[in-house]
Amino acid sequence: MGMQGHSREADHDHAEISKSSPPQYYDIMETAVRELLIEKKMIEADEIRRQLEVLDSRAPALGAKIVARAWVDPAFRARLLANGRAACEEFGISFYDDTQLIVLENTEKVHNLIVCTLCSCYPRPVLGLPPDWYKLKPYRARAVIEPRSILAEFGTIIPDDVEVRVSDSTAMVRYLVLPRRPEGTEDFSEEELAATVTRDTMIGVVPATVVVGRIQQ
Amino acid sequence: MKQATEIKNEIAAMVVTAWGEQPVFQAGDRIRIRTRSPIGHYRVPTYLRGKSGVVEQVIEPPAVDNEEEGYGRNAGKRLHYYRVAIPLNEIWLDYVGSPRDGLHIEVYETWLERI
Repeated sequence: MGMQGHSREADHDHAEISKSSPPQYYDIMETAVRELLIEKKMIEADEIRRQLEVLDSRAPALGAKIVARAWVDPAFRARLLANGRAACEEFGISFYDDTQLIVLENTEKVHNLIVCTLCSCYPRPVLGLPPDWYKLKPYRARAVIEPRSILAEFGTIIPDDVEVRVSDSTAMVRYLVLPRRPEGTEDFSEEELAATVTRDTMIGVVPATVVVGRIQQ
Repeated sequence: MKQATEIKNEIAAMVVTAWGEQPVFQAGDRIRIRTRSPIGHYRVPTYLRGKSGVVEQVIEPPAVDNEEEGYGRNAGKRLHYYRVAIPLNEIWLDYVGSPRDGLHIEVYETWLERI
């Protein structure tokens, strides 16, 4: 898909939007496997496109709605903590990858942090794709060796009397952190509350906070 | 009318479950992660082998054994698995932080032994 013909771009030079570096080993393998599967009629190109659309439709804003709901609805919060997947399904979030979801509640006494030391397991049905740093080896190794230092680098200082729980997701279960509701949000609507819940709060690297100017009045 | 628990107890005295139907471990059980090195695909990180901890929760329902699934046998046997808690200072002898800090992970029954 080039930019030619786009009127705003027509009068000055632009590099073509395409990949300029040669494909690497895994790029070639992915292309070869995909083309073979289509050629052998094991899957159709439309199925791949559909799955990309499924993945693109999942984003932290979904998780934020669930967290905000849990903050305002104690019965829902209890169901979410008892069975994360079933509670998300109540609101129509499907688990297309057939993973289970355990929701971990941060409290005054417990701080949860999520990692996948083996690869990049992540609650994709609820949050979409993980951030790049989540997949890098330094985060994956250090989160289980020195979680308090990692958290401090994100600006999150955990007091000594608070227990740090690191959850290493490996097999079938994905984890989502239920952050603490920020102070001073008693009058917030559910929508305003959801705006305080970012991706990183649901991984557990930062607390949910009220950022002045971010809330839409 | 009988109480449901009464009927449950009567039935429990009659029914024999197949091997593997019931989880071997329960929440609170002390366990050690086995030191195994099977050939092929498995999901227990090396840094946890031989480490001791406690079963926190039996995760339901049982799931397909990913050591078989790795070979395409994804209609294969289902195994019980557990959320297990291991103190970080049990994993790293020089761990800096609260002694209550812990690592939590899901582990299949085939990787656990009772201690």
